Amino acid sequence: MMIQTQGFRNFLAETGDVARFTARFFKAVFSPRFEMAEFLRQCFYIGYKSLPLVMITAFIMGLVITIQSRPTLVEFGAEAWLPKMVSVSLVREIAPVITALICAGKIGSGIGAELGSMKVTEQIDAMEVSGTNPFKFLIATRVLATTLMVPLLAVLADTVSLYGGYLGANIRGVVSWDLYWNQVFETLVFGDVMPSLLKTFFFGFAIGIIGCYKGYNSNKGTEGVGRSANSAVVISSLLVFIIDLVAVQITDLLNLN
Amino acid sequence: MSTDHAVITISHLNKSFGQNHVLRDFSFSLNKGENVVVLGKSGSGKSVLIKCIIGLVKPESGSVTVLGKDIVSLGHNELDKVRARVGFLFQSNALYDSMSVRENLEFPLRRHKNKLDKIQVTELVLEALDNVGLKHTVDMRPSELSGGMKKRIALARTLILKPEIILYDEPTTGLDPITGKEISRLMRELAQKYQTSSLIISHDLNCVEIVADRIVMLIDGTCYAVGTLDELKRSTDPKIKTFFE
Repeated sequence: MMIQTQGFRNFLAETGDVARFTARFFKAVFSPRFEMAEFLRQCFYIGYKSLPLVMITAFIMGLVITIQSRPTLVEFGAEAWLPKMVSVSLVREIAPVITALICAGKIGSGIGAELGSMKVTEQIDAMEVSGTNPFKFLIATRVLATTLMVPLLAVLADTVSLYGGYLGANIRGVVSWDLYWNQVFETLVFGDVMPSLLKTFFFGFAIGIIGCYKGYNSNKGTEGVGRSANSAVVISSLLVFIIDLVAVQITDLLNLN
Repeated sequence: MSTDHAVITISHLNKSFGQNHVLRDFSFSLNKGENVVVLGKSGSGKSVLIKCIIGLVKPESGSVTVLGKDIVSLGHNELDKVRARVGFLFQSNALYDSMSVRENLEFPLRRHKNKLDKIQVTELVLEALDNVGLKHTVDMRPSELSGGMKKRIALARTLILKPEIILYDEPTTGLDPITGKEISRLMRELAQKYQTSSLIISHDLNCVEIVADRIVMLIDGTCYAVGTLDELKRSTDPKIKTFFE
């Protein structure tokens, strides 16, 4: 019981620390000087360098979901509905969440490890004594970059996964290119696309802020760096699901589906 | 304690971490053009002292005046202005892994001398590297350099803004005795060339011998003794004697 209470206290303390860290981020973002060059460099690393992994995964997901959905629809004689069903599943849920999880693994761990090793080798202190606000230079740029790049990756993942769905639909059956895309665009409405796009901004923000928080507060040498990277992935992946759950509830309450 | 030409004055400094009182009523001053070594055992609070001077660690009480400014009470912008006039060489070198040697040296220049054009920046970078004999490493990454080379590059980065004071945190730790002596001689040469004042944290007697004009013994968190190397070597105090035996 004692251990449980202590664990709960630690959880609350860490939640408070993350909230303070987030408040500090907003303060840093809206006050000059703006580190534009570093922000663009981070966008390149976070966005462009993650592109192949996200695209391959999205393509495979589109293909697999279509192949696996087909037998069930065939059973009910609803094979013609395949593009509709696949497009809604992919755009609303699967592509954004898979993109966010891949980014949590690749980007979250990368940021956690990079900042952690900078912390233990005094590089962050060196930045501070050279007259640079490390919070602005390292944290604000990275969190902003993940917040903007994850939605962009998710939109591309939507597109590629729908293309994977088209190929999947044509493995066992025949669906023409025009028919497939007509059905997809007839099905997808504002209420499918916008909430799914909006939640990816929150996914990106969560991945960036947790990766940065864990790395920036890393201690206990190289062991601490490994732990920072690991916990950045675990916590940001969990947050992706929590944000997803909240987003679905809000979308449902607002009747956007 | 003379404060007439003091560039750093520390008065009654106290700092503790929990129950561990690292600095107790520590007072000391560094005069212009002087090279002072703070000598103490590992874990005696030397690095904490130097970090209090540059404003990375906040003391519980006491004052730290650097170039006429009270570091403890300064805001961020004012502190950055003082830091631009003070160089800091980290024990771990603290070179930015994600940047080349050129970018490492350009980093402080772009922050503090942003009116310089690209050609002037390159000239200053190459001059700084020439000072430490490593002009050829300009496009290398820190991971491609040896320990001694990293230390020289870190020294070049520290010197690039031509600081009035340089703080060295264990500059020869982790280096072999020959390289350690080379770095110590380089520190001495560069201090003379640029007329800087230096505060060196060390427990390496070879370094002390080459660099120190004056030595401060940091024992039990206090400024236990101050003197030249010869004076301290002649001391009969058992706590001081143990350092020179």
